[in-house]
Amino acid sequence: MPDFLALTESTYYILLSLLKPQHGYGIMQKTEEMSHGRVRLAAGTLYGALNTLCDKGWILPLPGEDGSRRKEYKLTEKGKAVLINEVKRLKELADNGERALGEGSTW
Amino acid sequence: MVSRKTIRKWFFIWDFEKEEVWLNEMALNGWALESVGLCSYHFIKCEPGEYSVRLEMHPYDEAYIQFMQDTGAEYVGRMAMWVYFRKKTADGPFDLFSDIDSRIAHLDKIGKVLSAIGGANLLIGIANTFGPARLGWVNLLCATLLMYALGRIHGKKEALEKERLLHE
Repeated sequence: MPDFLALTESTYYILLSLLKPQHGYGIMQKTEEMSHGRVRLAAGTLYGALNTLCDKGWILPLPGEDGSRRKEYKLTEKGKAVLINEVKRLKELADNGERALGEGSTW
Repeated sequence: MVSRKTIRKWFFIWDFEKEEVWLNEMALNGWALESVGLCSYHFIKCEPGEYSVRLEMHPYDEAYIQFMQDTGAEYVGRMAMWVYFRKKTADGPFDLFSDIDSRIAHLDKIGKVLSAIGGANLLIGIANTFGPARLGWVNLLCATLLMYALGRIHGKKEALEKERLLHE
């Protein structure tokens, strides 16, 4: 899959949450908080997505700290670049939408 | 006093959603799933609606169970390739999948297992038909049933793929 395709909402929020290292549950909480409760990542979906994102090299698991069994993840440089592109794309979508709806007041 | 009960019941593989609905109805009626066996479900008395129950096909994966537990879910048990989880409803909504892609991936996983077992039965069935045992028809029957199940799962997948053309 080419890397310039649109991200899913889940992928987008997972990457956003990982600007700072987080474990799985942290990502779920962060996503819910950022989207004001609109987007809830389910655990199975998140687990699959984390594995895929690691395979793609967009995020990476951090070596576990002593006494902590929860795995933490962080965004890689590659992941950050994908995120920056996606924000640009989304901005274009939102701008175009607003403009078209503004001009479209005749209907 | 703790009260428990066991219910013997079975579901077709393509009815896993119905199975989940039934387990949640049991929880609403005050019976929380405690463990699972071959076509048997063991329940323990709970407050009505205290738990939500979810199940999924997931090959054995210790890291996954750990991950689920970290998010506040309890691991109830496993039967063959199916894992069962529950979570207190007071701790928030509980779902395993939150987008169409992961639901499709789950159906794919089920489809792969069905094709593998179905294919094996077909081969063994053909081999046995010409062998001395004369029991090949049993395997051929199994293969037919598994292929039917595969068709049902595929139908569900197609419905989701259609929806994905418009939504995530």
